[in-house]
Parts: sequence; C-alpha cells; structure tokens
Amino acid sequence: MTRLISILVGLGFTFVVLLAFVIGAWTFATEEVTPTAEHEFHVAPRHASYQFDGALGTWDYQQLQRGYQVYKEVCSACHSLKLVGFRNLAELGYTEAEVKAEAASWQVPGVDPVTGEASTRPGTATDYFPSPYPNDVAAAAANNNAVPPDLSLMTKARHHGTEYVRSLLTGYRNPNTFSVDGVRLKEEFPDFETPPALHFNPYFANLNIAMAPPLTANGQVTYADGTDPTIEQMATDVSAFLTWTAEPTLVRRKQTGWPVLGFLLFATVLAWYAKKQVWAPVKPKKRKGDNPA
Amino acid sequence: MASTTGAAPDDAMTTVGNPGDGDAGTHPVRRRDFINIAAVSAAGVGGLAVLYPLVSQMAPSKDVLAESTTELDLSAIQPGQAIKAVFRKQPVFVRNLTPQEIATANEVAVDSLRDPETLTERTKEGHGNWLITMGVCTHLGCVPLGAGEGENKGEFGGYFCPCHGSHYDTAGRIRKGPAPANLVVPEYEFTSDTTVVIG
Amino acid sequence: MSFPWAKAYEPKAPLMRFLDERLPLPRFVYNAVGAGYPVPRNLSYFWNFGILAGFCLMLQIVTGIVLAMHYSANALVAFNSVEHIMRDVNWGWMLRYAHANGASFFFVVVYIHIFRGLFYSSYKAPREMIWLLGVVIFLLMMATAFMGYVLPWGQMSFWGAKVITGLFGAIPLVGEPLQVWLLGGYAPDNAALNRFYSLHFLLPFVIAGVVILHIWALHIPGSSNPTGVEVKSESDTVPFHPYYTAKDGFGLGVFLLIYCLFVFFLPNNLGHPDNYIPANPLSTPAHIVPEWYFWPFYAILRAFTSDFLLPAKLWGVLAMFSAILCWFFLPWLDRSPVRSGHYRPLFRKFFWFGLIPCMAVLFYCGGAPAEEPFVMLSQIATAYYFLHFLVILPIVSLVERPEPLPYSITDAVLGTPENDGTVKGHMIQGENARPAV
Repeated sequence: MTRLISILVGLGFTFVVLLAFVIGAWTFATEEVTPTAEHEFHVAPRHASYQFDGALGTWDYQQLQRGYQVYKEVCSACHSLKLVGFRNLAELGYTEAEVKAEAASWQVPGVDPVTGEASTRPGTATDYFPSPYPNDVAAAAANNNAVPPDLSLMTKARHHGTEYVRSLLTGYRNPNTFSVDGVRLKEEFPDFETPPALHFNPYFANLNIAMAPPLTANGQVTYADGTDPTIEQMATDVSAFLTWTAEPTLVRRKQTGWPVLGFLLFATVLAWYAKKQVWAPVKPKKRKGDNPA
Repeated sequence: MASTTGAAPDDAMTTVGNPGDGDAGTHPVRRRDFINIAAVSAAGVGGLAVLYPLVSQMAPSKDVLAESTTELDLSAIQPGQAIKAVFRKQPVFVRNLTPQEIATANEVAVDSLRDPETLTERTKEGHGNWLITMGVCTHLGCVPLGAGEGENKGEFGGYFCPCHGSHYDTAGRIRKGPAPANLVVPEYEFTSDTTVVIG
Repeated sequence: MSFPWAKAYEPKAPLMRFLDERLPLPRFVYNAVGAGYPVPRNLSYFWNFGILAGFCLMLQIVTGIVLAMHYSANALVAFNSVEHIMRDVNWGWMLRYAHANGASFFFVVVYIHIFRGLFYSSYKAPREMIWLLGVVIFLLMMATAFMGYVLPWGQMSFWGAKVITGLFGAIPLVGEPLQVWLLGGYAPDNAALNRFYSLHFLLPFVIAGVVILHIWALHIPGSSNPTGVEVKSESDTVPFHPYYTAKDGFGLGVFLLIYCLFVFFLPNNLGHPDNYIPANPLSTPAHIVPEWYFWPFYAILRAFTSDFLLPAKLWGVLAMFSAILCWFFLPWLDRSPVRSGHYRPLFRKFFWFGLIPCMAVLFYCGGAPAEEPFVMLSQIATAYYFLHFLVILPIVSLVERPEPLPYSITDAVLGTPENDGTVKGHMIQGENARPAV
C-alpha cells in the first residue's frame, strides 16, 4: 500500500515536471531568445597581479598609501568609506603623528559644544571616514539619482573585486567603436544607446554606469614616492587600497593559515601512524597471499 | 574524538586477535607507545591552541582600545564649579577649585590620610586650581555626588558617594567611609591654558 | 544494549569508582564510544562522517556562541556589527570565517553521511529510527542555516529571507497571512531579523538533542557496515576504542586540513559577493541564489514552471518539501532483503548512473541563473529524483536478484571462499542463511 501510494505520488510529480519541461522546451524551440547587449558585450575583469595575491601574499604599503591618496583626492568626492577609521591608517605604515595629522585634514560631523547644533570639526584618530553626503537622498540628488556606493567592502562585494575595480576605472570606452573579438557592438545592436547621463563601460554589468570616468588624465594625483601616476597606475593602486579596506586582515589571515595547516599536517600524519599501529593486530594479511586462487 | 590513549592494542590482541596474524607482537613496544602518546599530545596541543582565540576575543576590541583620549574646553568653568565629562565610557570630574578649597585641602596633615597624597601631587604644575579625577568611587565603582550644582558634597566639601557613604575632600581624597583610596587622577595634559586632553 | 561480548566497565582509579557509583558518566562514555561498544570491524572511511558531523555541530555551537557575544540583531547595525567582528574583535575574522565555512563543511559532511546511508541502505530494519531522526536533523539544519544566513543582513540575506518566506505565500488561503506572521511585517525587517537570531541560537541545541536520540537509536542495533550483513559473533567486531577512536582521529585530521584551507585561504569562495552589500529593500540582486547546500532543492523548486490543476509556484513548493519528506518513507519503500549496494546490481546501477548524476545536475542548476538550458536540465533531473525514490526504489527491490552475500563480516574481511550457489529463497532480512563452508 505504501509503495502503491508512493509510486502514484512519484509519477504525479514526474508528470507535472515533465509537462513543464515539454512546455518549456516547446517555448525554447519556437520562440527566439533575443540576445541582449548586456549579455553579449559585458566583459570579465582584466587580470592583474598584486603583491597580496596568492597564499604567501603581503601588503605593498607604498602601494596602499598611494591608493589611499587616490581615494582621498579623487574617489572621496562622491564615495564614502564608512567602515574604515583613521586609526586604521596606522596599518598602512603611517606613524601615530601622521595618522593624527591625516585625520585632522578631514572634516567630520560633530556637535557644537555650546549650542548643540550639528556642525563639523577636524577628525581624530578614532573617527571614521566621513561620508561626502549627509544621506542617501542628498547623494542621489547630487548624482542624477544614482547613489555612489560605499567603497569599504567594494572589492569583496564583486566577483574578482580587485580586478573589477581596476578594470572598471580604466574601462570607459566609446560604445560606437567598441568591439569584442572583432564583433562590433553597434553592428550587433544598432539600437544600443548609452543614455546621455550615463557612461559606457563594458566591465559594468549593464554596460552603462552613472559614474563619470573618475581617472581622466595621467598625473591627476602627484605621488610622494615619485611613482609615475598614469591612469593605469592610479587604478591599480586604488584597487589595492580598496582590497585592504575590504579585508584589513587578509595578509594576517594567510600568515596565520600556514602554521595552522603545518601543525594539522603534522598531527594528521601522527594520527595516521597511530591508527595504522592500533589496527595492525586485526588487519588481515593480503587476501591473495592467504588464499592463493 | 582524537584520543587514542592507552596501550589498548594489547588488549585488542586478546579479544579480537585473529589467527592469521602472527607478527603483531614483534613491533618494539616503546615505538608504539611513542606514536600514540605523540598523536594524543598533538591533539591536546591543538585543542589548547584553539582556546587562545576563544579567550582573547573577549578582551577589548580594537575600536574600544582606540577610544583613548577626551579633549575638554575648560574656559566656561568658573571657580567653585565642576563639570562631568566622559572618558573611556566613564565619568570624569573636572573642578575649578576656589582658593579656600585649595587652602582647606592643604591644611590637612597628609600622614593622617588613608591614602596619603597632597593636592599638589594630584594637580599639574601651573594649573593648581584644576582638579581632574575619575568620577568613580574607589569602593565599588558608583558615581559620587558633588560635581553637579546643588549636589551633596559630603562632610569635607568635595564629593560624596551615596552608595555606601564615602566622603571625599576638596582634593578628591578619601576621608570617611569604606572607599580604600582617593579618586583616581587620570593621565592628562594641558594643551593650552583652557584645553586639556585626557588620556 | 550491547552484544554479549561487550566489555563491561571496570573502574580502576578510585575517583572513577567513586563517580561510577554516584553518577556513572565514565561508564556511559565507555559504553557509548569506548571499549564497551563493539563495532563491526570492516567499516570504511565513509563511516567517519557521523563523528565528523558531530564535530561540525560542536564547532558551529562554539564559534556561534562566541560570535553572538559581538553581533547585534538590529537591522540598523547588524551589517556593521558583522564587519566590527571582522575588523576590530580579536580574532573575530577567524571566528566568523570559521563559522561561515563551518556551515558549508557541516553540510558537505552531512551530505556524504546521507549518501552513505542511501547506498548501504542504512535506513532498513532495524535502523529505521536512526534514519528518521537523521532526516529530522537534516531539516533542522536547513532551517538553522537559512536563518543564520539572514543574520549578516547583506543583500543575499535580505532577499533570501524574502524569497523563502515568500514560498509560504504559495499555500492557498492561509499563505499570505502566514508569510506576514512569519516575518512580523510585510517585508523582512527588525522583527524578522530578531526572531531569526533567536531561533538560530535555539535550534542548534535542539539539533544536539536530536543527535543524542540519533546516537542512542544507533546503539540499539549497533552500526551497520559495508557488507550489510549483521554482526554474528565476537570476531565480527572490534571495540570502538581504540580502533575507531584512532580511525576517527585520523579522519578528523584530514577534515580539519581541508576545512582550514578554506577558512584561511579561500574563506569567501563558498559564499556570495552580494552579501557584502548591505541589505537594500529597494534593489534586488541580479542573480539571487541561496547558499550552495540548498541548490538541489532550489533547482527542484524552480523546475515547476507550468500550472497544472495547481499554480506552478505551489507545485514547486510542494515538490521541494516532498523531495526531503519522501526520505521519511524510504525504509518502507525499499523492501530488498539485502542492505548493501555492493550486493545489489540493479540498485547499484540506478544509484551511480541515476541518482548521483541527477544530484550533480540539480546542484549545478540550482546555482545557475534561471535560464535555458538550466531550467530544462533541472526539470529532467527533478523528474528522475522523484522517480528514483518513489517509483524505482520500490520496484527495483521487488525485481532485483541480489548477489551472494558473505556469511559474516569476518568472512568478508578474511576472504573465506566465496559462496557460489544461488541465494534467492535462502535469505532472511539482509542475511545469507547458508553457513560458510
């Protein structure tokens, strides 16, 4: 009886799902799927190498400091970095005095000590990076309805985040001449238009991004360490900096991992020999030797 | 789970030994024991190592440790007045002593005190009228009265802790009641005549 | 329970004797996982996964309690409190990665444990209750994992909560009020987050309780084994300690190696980047997927795309729940007298060439976007899934002619000359009645 009911139920589900399959297959066969430009011309981030890559990676503090400079002088005009405190800059190799001076160079929201009204004051080491806009409504209003996202976790919030940020920053193209593998976008999708307020960027999921190209000219920032500030260099540096902001413990994590794995390997090998030794008395000899066929 | 203690293989021989197995006993006993002991010890070391992060996660986190300084503007505090500020999530009392209060504090014979300290030792040179102490009773941590206007200042005109009746004098020293020590003077520094940075 | 030859506990140290007379905890441990518990001597490494699952539960409870000391279940600050753990709390990054990846590894281990049970028919008499309790544990695990994934309050958390509670909306009549009741609102917010946190904290202890019942039920008939032949004599067994403590110790080492590789070097590879974006009720991620361990069931849910008597959505929900609920009936659907798949030629073929590829397809399609060909593939796999458990298993167990079983575990291990004659007709439940030569 149980089996009879079960077979009926099983056949029921199978029938319904196969019906869906047939209808789906019929639709798939008869209706043409219109390819979309986002699907065909969205490209994966370009590969790039960083010192923090790989299991033995370490931070390049010079690079992180350069990246911080790019964030401060370029990105911070629109993008917040809410999860990072000025005190965290000490991890980039700044001295305590430098951190304090850096913090004081930013205006953070405060309260007037006499009247209690909202005001601003120079930042201290314990403050977090201030947001360029008081709230999302103001941010949207100032940016044609697109809220610039917080950058603290950006490189973790995208697939291949570091390379994505770098590619995106250097990826603005002319949609009229853009092609992938020799196929021109405009030939495949003659109707494709980038709306006037948006900017064409094939690394962005729907190809049109609200952010205007932020890095526009070589030498947009002047690096203290004398590195040549090409657009490529600035994009690489700021993507490295944002990798650090997304996971300040990244290098420490890998460096903790090695001794842990090493110890576990040692313990597991010991456990293997202990196991072998415990089982030795009851393990049968090789079957063939015992019992020649 | 990974405990492989004991010399159980020998017991095992007698209970489940199987006839086709002759050479199990030829292993040197010491080497066998060594492997078992080493494996169990490794498991023990690993278990202990795991305790370290589990314990240390309860210690103050980085953001708590970073909240280390409080800057105060003293210009509005008149002689005889006091304010309550916050330093590391605890109250701190800043008091502008009047000349009489200073004189009263200096009259006391230091040797007779429970926690002998002079007022000068508890203030900064050149700013002898500024008494800056933690607003935390040294008995069991209540906030003493006396900093706010109209509050009970206790028998010695300083602070009075209502929890268990500790009286502090105008130098914040314990004079009567159960508290064992004077109100703690935190680390601080005058950055100008009217601003002080605590911590 | 025990076999007559199980060793009795004899306390040696005075402290143990004192304890044994007043609170016989040492005796209990001795009989449960010590030398007093005889276990078949031929268990393969697939039998390590029960202990490993228990270890994962402990791991999740310990790391979870520690994380709860720092987490705030409030929609305004939940996301930031997780980042506070990652950035500021001492070792917080490690504890959180250990917990997040621990959930994934718990499921890896439990899936292997379940498929071990399916191949060796560990659900058959006299072990039905172990299996039923196991399915209950699995359901509780899924609920716990789902609610835990909501806690970081990222985009996937929020939309996962919305979509999964939306499933209840498919139930006729009571669906929508039920959904609103579950969430305590019209969309996931503080109320939902707080109750999920409360239940996410509670359920692991419920799981631990059911695990105790699961192990208790296991100790009545004792462990199954790769031959599926029941223990007959003392030579079929070895004491759990030191034999299986040693073997489990080694297995645990291998498990920890792989697990720590992920925690320290690939901690985000099993998760989804969108969950590092704070929850935004106004914008749905382009590609919503649950965590990987739900993919097969998510694929089944999405496979039902056409209305037939009932709305497609309701079919999907029914099928998804039935996909797990049908496991409750396995002991009564598969009536083959032989347990182990090693001796069941037809069953074995359906297992390796039917069920395993079907699960692989469901896993893959559940994580893929809802487009062709993934939908069609998951429809075929879903059809097979239900056919396998509800139709094929009952029929196979009727028509199959099992291969000769060894007389005993000892015979199987030591290689006593194999039985040659026919077996059919000579068999009682799972046993070969013919004595060995």
